[in-house]
Amino acid sequence: MHDVITMSGVVKTFGRVRALDGLDLRVRPGEVHGFLGPNGAGKSTAIRVLLGLLRADAGEIRLLGGDPWRDAVALHRRLAYVPGDVTLWPNLTGGEVIDLLGRMRGGLDPRRKAELLERFELDPRKKGRAYSKGNRQKVGLVAALASDAELFLLDEPTSGLDPLMEAVFQECVRELARDGRTVLLSSHILAEVEALCDRVSIIRGGRIVETGTLARLRHLTRTTITAELAGPPDGLADLPGVHDLRVDGRHVRFDVDADALDEALRRLTRAGVRALTSRPPTLEELFLRHYERPGNGRRAAEAAR
Amino acid sequence: MSAAACTGTFALARLILRRDRLPLALRVPAVPALAYAVVAGFQELLPTEAARLAYYQGTARSPAIVGVLGPVHGPGLGELVVQRVGFLFLVVPLISLLTVVRHTRAEEEAGRRELLGATALGRHAPLAAALLVAGAADLAAGALAALALLAGGLPAAGSVAFGLALAACGWVFAAAGGVAAQLTANAGSARGIGLGVLGVAYLLRLAGDTAGETTGGAAGWPSWLSPIGWAQHVRPFAGERWWLLVPPLVAAAALVAVALPLAARRDLGAGVLPARPGPADAAPYLRGPVGLAWRLHRGPLLGWAAGFAVLGLVYGGAADAAERALSGSPELRELLARLGGTSRFGDAFIVAIVSVLGLAAAGQAIQAVLRMRAEEAALRSEPVLAGAVSRIGWAAGHLAFAGLGPAVALTLGGLSAGLAYGAGAGDVGRELPRVLAAALVQLPAALVLGGLAALLYGLAPRFAAAAWAVFAACAVLGQVGALLRLDDAVLELSPFTHVPRVPADDPRVAPLAWLTGVAVALTAAGLAALRRRDIPAA
Repeated sequence: MHDVITMSGVVKTFGRVRALDGLDLRVRPGEVHGFLGPNGAGKSTAIRVLLGLLRADAGEIRLLGGDPWRDAVALHRRLAYVPGDVTLWPNLTGGEVIDLLGRMRGGLDPRRKAELLERFELDPRKKGRAYSKGNRQKVGLVAALASDAELFLLDEPTSGLDPLMEAVFQECVRELARDGRTVLLSSHILAEVEALCDRVSIIRGGRIVETGTLARLRHLTRTTITAELAGPPDGLADLPGVHDLRVDGRHVRFDVDADALDEALRRLTRAGVRALTSRPPTLEELFLRHYERPGNGRRAAEAAR
Repeated sequence: MSAAACTGTFALARLILRRDRLPLALRVPAVPALAYAVVAGFQELLPTEAARLAYYQGTARSPAIVGVLGPVHGPGLGELVVQRVGFLFLVVPLISLLTVVRHTRAEEEAGRRELLGATALGRHAPLAAALLVAGAADLAAGALAALALLAGGLPAAGSVAFGLALAACGWVFAAAGGVAAQLTANAGSARGIGLGVLGVAYLLRLAGDTAGETTGGAAGWPSWLSPIGWAQHVRPFAGERWWLLVPPLVAAAALVAVALPLAARRDLGAGVLPARPGPADAAPYLRGPVGLAWRLHRGPLLGWAAGFAVLGLVYGGAADAAERALSGSPELRELLARLGGTSRFGDAFIVAIVSVLGLAAAGQAIQAVLRMRAEEAALRSEPVLAGAVSRIGWAAGHLAFAGLGPAVALTLGGLSAGLAYGAGAGDVGRELPRVLAAALVQLPAALVLGGLAALLYGLAPRFAAAAWAVFAACAVLGQVGALLRLDDAVLELSPFTHVPRVPADDPRVAPLAWLTGVAVALTAAGLAALRRRDIPAA
């Protein structure tokens, strides 16, 4: 089965700024794909290119088997989009906007709309200007989720939602996944990504710096080891893959790359282990490593490899 | 109001100056430039007292000119100039009003007020700053206009009186804009209320002055109800009535005194008029770009249509009154025939008024086209284009209203002017189709300006508002171009120069056809550019 989204070597410049700098992104059918990156990394630009709103300067893009620029109208019948900042027409009610956007996509199910309005606790009779940020976001979410799309492009869709509504959103995405629909979810909320996504891609400076399952990404980073030894910790300092080693008498503390973990533990047991704790990398550490500024970030990312 | 309530007024005023520096730099000097050009034009065109007297009796005092531009208080150069630039008493208040709404309610609606409201900002500061800047711009325009008249060799007292009258008239409507901005939660409605008030003030002045001129007496009572009437009856150069500057100042102060407490008492983002809940489901028509465009354009469309209908009635009535006033004086008719290029004064007047309607229709077309720009800038075009809607389909919804709106408005204006004129002349059957045709031939020229706005929007959306500059240039060319003795090649830059002068002349199809062709070509080029560019444009 073909990928739902294929972007390879996509470049998009705005004047002298290279917003996308050779972006490669693959989203498989039926997966919930997390799309992560610091502010200004190019997430929204990439999604707008996928929507055919921006035209890429170079690179190959296929979306649902079509060209997002040329076949925009036909493709948009099969996808739904939620921007990170839903702006509404001040004189249209939320209910009107939901109906309008749904009909422009080729129709929506009124029962599904009513159900979603209830689940998100949204009053559809308010005018656009009267909604709070979170409620505007709910209008966008209900309009998208009430549709029968194959692909959902969600660009930080839960910004401004309270934790209860965040939970409702996660439930809805799980239902989509169960129905075999594909979701590209751009997000900053790591718990959301961890709870929902099968695979993630991390974008920085307009290119993908890491992509894969969360388990694999975890594997790519270091584990922190703290140990109390029986003898002196020989042979740790010169082991490739061991970082930030601190020795205080018989106490050692160091970070170790996943592929050096085996050898590091072997050398510890040679010295005799009295106590040992190991802490796997948290998601935060994982992402911070990729989010850091280009200079440190690259070094960290390379070191992580 | 306490000093604390005004904290931050000057800082905010500086912010407004920074944001509006380009429009201010253009519009403030435009007023004296125009005044000076008209003085120079009249000096050249009417060099002798005799020539000025003939113009005064034949043209300046005609009820039609008095109705459209304002009263004339004597045959001197100064009096004639002041009347000729009388439309400034509509334009300066209009800009003042829009400036105040833009920096109060529109800011609040956009949510930027909230950001500022959290800083050390007094409750009165936003409104006070907007009024301060608008008022200062009016005063600067008035002062420079006075200097321009002085430079043109006119007496000092009259020059100053004119400048002050203009500024005071601007202040009244700046303050009226301040009140309108408190009433509703949305800037569009606030502008609508303000424009309605301005329109009523203009029509009252028009009715009163026309009545006065037709009966040969003083201005009728409606003029005295209108701030524009007060300002235009200050009589610069003709025994200045300085005391008439007091009522506009009192009115402006009173309106500010109403607006400030209204602003201080209400919640941020709320209006005085209550907001009502709307329907939970969309009506069946709201299903695509055309339905959405209808929803977005219907309010302004109704406003324009009503304005055209009222203006048509008033103008049509004035034309008939003028026709009758002149029927007893064959010499005057003869003179007018030479000046106006037609044997029937009523026809010449109809040509004049439909040119105003045509210009207004161009404004309507530009406004409707630029709605696309506003939608794109606010990112509201994005969810629509993320649906199964092509760019052309989305644009077509808006363009339909840019084309049909002016057509509807011109039809209504032509019908109501034709009815009023025909009813007075006792021959509706003959006059109605003639006046209607005169109004409708304006449509192609109006659409050329709409097409230009569409081209600018497609190619360079950031500069789409430049269509208004072109509109202003066409207005100047049409109103005073001939007076300034501009070269024909320059005059012909305006599409309105090419419109046949129906009903004075026979309608010629050729210019109408090619004007329509130009409008279509401009729009098509704009759409082609829109299909190729990024949305939103970088």
